[in-house]
Amino acid sequence: MAAIENRYSRNFETLTPEDQDTLKQARVCILGLGGLGGGVCEMLARIGVGHLTLVDGDVFDATNLNRQLLSREGLIGESKAKAARDRVAAVNSDVTVRWEHCFADPKTLPDLLKDCDLVVDCLDTIQARFDLEDAAKAAGIPLVSGAIAGVCGQVTVIYPEDTGFEAIYGARDRERNRGIETRTGNIAHCANLVSSLQASEAVKVLLNRGETLRNRMLILDLWTNAFEIVDLA
Amino acid sequence: MIHIQLKLFVTLSKYLPENADNLPLADGTTIADLISDLAIPMDDVKLVFINGRKTELSYALQEGDRLGLFPPVGGG
Repeated sequence: MAAIENRYSRNFETLTPEDQDTLKQARVCILGLGGLGGGVCEMLARIGVGHLTLVDGDVFDATNLNRQLLSREGLIGESKAKAARDRVAAVNSDVTVRWEHCFADPKTLPDLLKDCDLVVDCLDTIQARFDLEDAAKAAGIPLVSGAIAGVCGQVTVIYPEDTGFEAIYGARDRERNRGIETRTGNIAHCANLVSSLQASEAVKVLLNRGETLRNRMLILDLWTNAFEIVDLA
Repeated sequence: MIHIQLKLFVTLSKYLPENADNLPLADGTTIADLISDLAIPMDDVKLVFINGRKTELSYALQEGDRLGLFPPVGGG
């Protein structure tokens, strides 16, 4: 299909032609394609990130329908990674997609992050996040992390030389793999708000523009409209 | 006697005392003391911050401090 003219015309003047070209050259891996990853995938494809690696080893089930943008009734039992590939192809065929129906673990991560400039953490266990941090540090690339529970969420940016998740979750604890989301569940508007914040941080890191949440964490609670940035350093 | 502002997030909010915006505490009260006094499960507290900066449980609270307690959040 021929390139669609004016696709990015509404991004100017917020994103300059030079910014748009930088995004087009960028390679971003999105790990996890559920409540957070579906939103991040949609927004990075629409804004014009040129190369996306989309990873999830799961298939859709009925419990995903309350919040996950990529899920549909007709896709129950189908691969989330393939659905993400199809969605990106439908909204921006200029984006090059590598999609992998596999889980992120210490064995798969080095290859998944190969040649990427940035990874976006949309995973759903604390242990997997620590594994990802190790792999991102080994690959020498920054990491944009988001997590949600109910109508609360958090977003941070971790560079290879930063303390990382230990500053947030404490020392690694293989006994406690999940957070309080096992009690609260996850709600659509919060998942999509936090995924928007992740996309925003990803764009700023790629463009080296604005102020990021490096060594800081934005926490939010939508019951009380509390938004707070905590200095982690 | 000192007074602090206490903010409890997510599942911790059910432990919030009525006067959380102006909570009276004895001089020298640490964050760990307060968590214990409010019967908040220690395992549910991961990130502790004073006036927007991460701190430790052993910190002795000061007049006017704004204390926030945040649980482990890992969902995606």
